[in-house]
Amino acid sequence: MRAMSDRPAEIVKFDNVGLRYGTDPEVLSNLSFTLYPGSFYFLTGASGAGKTSLLKLLYLAQRPSRGGIRMFGQDLITMPRDRLPDLRRQLGVVFQNFRLVPHLTAFDNVALPLRLAGADEKRVIKAVSDMLDWVGLSHRSHAVPATMSGGEQQRVAIARAVIARPRILIADEPTGNVDPEMALKLLRLFEALNHRVGTTVVVATHDVHLLKKVPDSLIMRLNKGQLSDPTGALRYPPRPSATSGSGT
Amino acid sequence: MNAPPLPEAPDGDVAGGYAGPAHGKSTARLLPATRFSGPIPWVIAILMALVVIAAAGGLALRNLATSAGSQLSSAVTVQVIEPNPDLRLARGEQAVRVLTGLDSVQAVRLVPEAELVALLEPWLGAGAASGDVPIPALIDVELKQRAGAAEIAQIEAALAETVPGARVDAQSDWLRPVYGALAALQWLAVGLIGLVALATAAAVWLAARNAFAGARDTVEIIHLLGATDRQIAAVFLRTVLHEAAFGALVGAAMGAGAVWLLGQQFAALDSGMTSGGGLALADWLVIAAVPLAGVLLALLTARITIALALRDML
Repeated sequence: MRAMSDRPAEIVKFDNVGLRYGTDPEVLSNLSFTLYPGSFYFLTGASGAGKTSLLKLLYLAQRPSRGGIRMFGQDLITMPRDRLPDLRRQLGVVFQNFRLVPHLTAFDNVALPLRLAGADEKRVIKAVSDMLDWVGLSHRSHAVPATMSGGEQQRVAIARAVIARPRILIADEPTGNVDPEMALKLLRLFEALNHRVGTTVVVATHDVHLLKKVPDSLIMRLNKGQLSDPTGALRYPPRPSATSGSGT
Repeated sequence: MNAPPLPEAPDGDVAGGYAGPAHGKSTARLLPATRFSGPIPWVIAILMALVVIAAAGGLALRNLATSAGSQLSSAVTVQVIEPNPDLRLARGEQAVRVLTGLDSVQAVRLVPEAELVALLEPWLGAGAASGDVPIPALIDVELKQRAGAAEIAQIEAALAETVPGARVDAQSDWLRPVYGALAALQWLAVGLIGLVALATAAAVWLAARNAFAGARDTVEIIHLLGATDRQIAAVFLRTVLHEAAFGALVGAAMGAGAVWLLGQQFAALDSGMTSGGGLALADWLVIAAVPLAGVLLALLTARITIALALRDML
């Protein structure tokens, strides 16, 4: 076991976080966990367990009702909202329903994170063209989302999430609308980001088979808004989960 | 399987590693080409036309008051009231001699009786020339300085011995109520401009809110992708700029046209008083600034509206 001084800096830390919408009961309760750089996490749980709510906290679409969250060493609870865009540009998000910008083409949707960050247009064109080619959509680069199939939209959404080499990739059921071959290919893309760039990956899924495809992944399980730790993912040093073969 | 083609790592030093939030052409199409609800540019045009007309009216009234004031501020009228025509004429001439000898007097003119009759004929008809109605002798006096109370008192004292019963009035006193009315009309023009500016701001506020509501989903997406409030606002402001500029220019052209036509009508009156109410080059420059101010007001209103709407988002 590594000494405490060797422990890598946490990238995300939840401390007794609770979330409720309006006056409804809490959908997430007492969440305390830490995500470390370069790790690959699967977030599992039944429908309604709170996966999407937890991801919303992670991709800064929601502030918690109670508790504390730190990201990249910064306190999100007290952070003024005008500093949030800086953090958001370090995240890549694959939304559950893709959330592509309807009036933009596939190319422009994928280019969005780079353009928002002020990337040079030559770099944007090269990177986006390569990425669309890789996800098999170069022939659809001028198509708008309304004319694309669900699988095509999903691939565009994933390409948009990874194009700017985010520090954390957050994906909500990212392979739900693609065939198994494309699902595996996209998972390899996430792994490549994880290994080559050091991106921390958090994938919410209920696909049991997917969990076994990433050998070093860690599993977090949500049940009725509470987090359980079946594989030691939430301890340090975390225990890889792949060999556990844990299901949802 | 090929490795994914991730872009090269950026080499900037800001979050995300790139040069920082962009605001130029690359972000111009972040939102759909939202247009203000159809009539808004035309509403702005009508409001701007009203502002131009009100501004031109206010400036013309100011010029009129200034012109009349400068012409009459040193003018004094001396009336010699005497029923006997011969005595009236003699006293009038005596008064002219006395006034001519005063240091403070620039010029003196005894208004000929024929001129007086012509002035009064529209009101008195043929009776003005009949001699049945006694008409006082009138003397126009131009002082070297403004005709204040001290100057009037000095003239009255000089005339008291030789021309008893002479009445001395500063001409500006007669027009004081007119100046008051002109000043009130100028304030009315200012008030109208203020109200129309408020109406313009309200129209832009409503239009910007509608445009924001229509694009809310897209705004949320690009917000979550890291767009700053400034980037999002810039996209809306681009639309506001185009439509407000269109409305302001059309409105200014309509207003200027109306002002020019009114100016022609007043010029045709060939009246001494209205001739002082013409617009100078500086006035036209002020009027030309109206559409610019209108566009700036629209941009400011839209910026505040969008900023407030964005504050509701995390």
